[in-house]
Amino acid sequence: MSLNSLWEYANPRKFIQTTDMVLPWVTVLAVGVLVTGLIWGFFFTPADYRQGATVKIIYIHVPGALMAINIWLMMLVTSLVWIVRRHHVSAMAARAAAPVGMVMTLIALITGAIWGQPMWGTWWAWDPRLTSFLILFLFYIGYMALWSAIENDDTAADLTSILCLVGSVFALLSRYAVNFWNQGLHQGASMSLDKEEHVADVFYYPLLVCIAGFVLLFISLVLLRTRTEIRARRMRVLLARARMG
Amino acid sequence: MIALLQRDMRLAMRAGGGFGLGLSFFLIVVVLVPFGVGPQSALLGKIAPGILWLGALLACLLSLDRIFALDWEDGSLDLLATAPLPMEAIVSVKALAHWLTTGLPLILAAPLFGLLLNLPEAGYKPLILSLILGTPALSVIGTFGAALTVSLKRGGLLLSLLVLPLYVPTLIFGAEMARRGIAGQVATTPMLMLAGITCGVIALMPFASAAVLRVNLR
Repeated sequence: MSLNSLWEYANPRKFIQTTDMVLPWVTVLAVGVLVTGLIWGFFFTPADYRQGATVKIIYIHVPGALMAINIWLMMLVTSLVWIVRRHHVSAMAARAAAPVGMVMTLIALITGAIWGQPMWGTWWAWDPRLTSFLILFLFYIGYMALWSAIENDDTAADLTSILCLVGSVFALLSRYAVNFWNQGLHQGASMSLDKEEHVADVFYYPLLVCIAGFVLLFISLVLLRTRTEIRARRMRVLLARARMG
Repeated sequence: MIALLQRDMRLAMRAGGGFGLGLSFFLIVVVLVPFGVGPQSALLGKIAPGILWLGALLACLLSLDRIFALDWEDGSLDLLATAPLPMEAIVSVKALAHWLTTGLPLILAAPLFGLLLNLPEAGYKPLILSLILGTPALSVIGTFGAALTVSLKRGGLLLSLLVLPLYVPTLIFGAEMARRGIAGQVATTPMLMLAGITCGVIALMPFASAAVLRVNLR
């Protein structure tokens, strides 16, 4: 099997065939890495000298928050692919990713609130980061609502793709507007790509494992949901054909 | 284009929905707020710019589904689409008509409503200025939402859900500008940002609105 280009997977049949092979491995790997990372983080790292055991929520909070943003980015890319090249699998992947992204946003918000109660003394503050995540959550809800409101699949894919593009611009704008609007309570970034600034190594390595676990989990969920969507559409067509006689 | 604008304006006025409804809604919001938060003048004066901005935003939202709904139902939108006028121009004119029938009356009435809410004297100028700069953005963004949901039977609630998050930056800078004006601080930064958002959406949003309208008309 020679792999000519990525666009081969735009063929739903090819996509199903390939994911048939890949999906079990990714799922097993996701569960394995996630369990390893969480057990490592929860039981084999020391408690922070100021935050106590609450620091351990970082192993869920940071990957969740990271994925919440990156899933929207992935939806942006797949939406662009749909608009430019009109590959159905791409639009279906965007649709499949949205609920996962929404849940990730919710995970980040809820774990943040649970951590914030003992540490900041409040469940919620109108801090820029918290607020922009809440806004991101609203964008996810609107996006999903639009998908489910339109019956024709192609129209829905077109409209949601454009909404995703416009929404990305406004989400970014909101992020900076909110920054301008209120001072932050949230600490700086826990990690960075371009700066040597991150949490202590003893927390850092299990955190990396957890992030890898979340990414794998996301991949396996999106593949699964995209396959379900492809099969659901196929079934609808078959049923329609059967009704036609 | 001018003919289309005139037609839309006439329709809005004669249907009794344009000027009257939005303004009445704005008034009701302003009247209800003191019942909700209590009649203390100092408190009302403090939250007045926020209330007026929120009221303007909701009044604007209320009339959004009228932008395309009627033209969609009787088929004149199809005729407009085949007219020798780019779709981008059509949605821009629609947005302009919406602003003239909703945004402009709100701006004119805002001083009066500010009086009701005990808005401090220093607040009038920045508030009105922020509304003048911000409400066109509300109409243009709203037109995008209306174009997005035009083919849906009961799109009203979905329209709010889609449009309100898009209003966040405009609302933040608009209300912030009015607040800073009242506090006697320099309001140049939010003013420039607000003007930037408005200019940006006027320039770019018609393309998105026209694109979704074309999809809906397909």
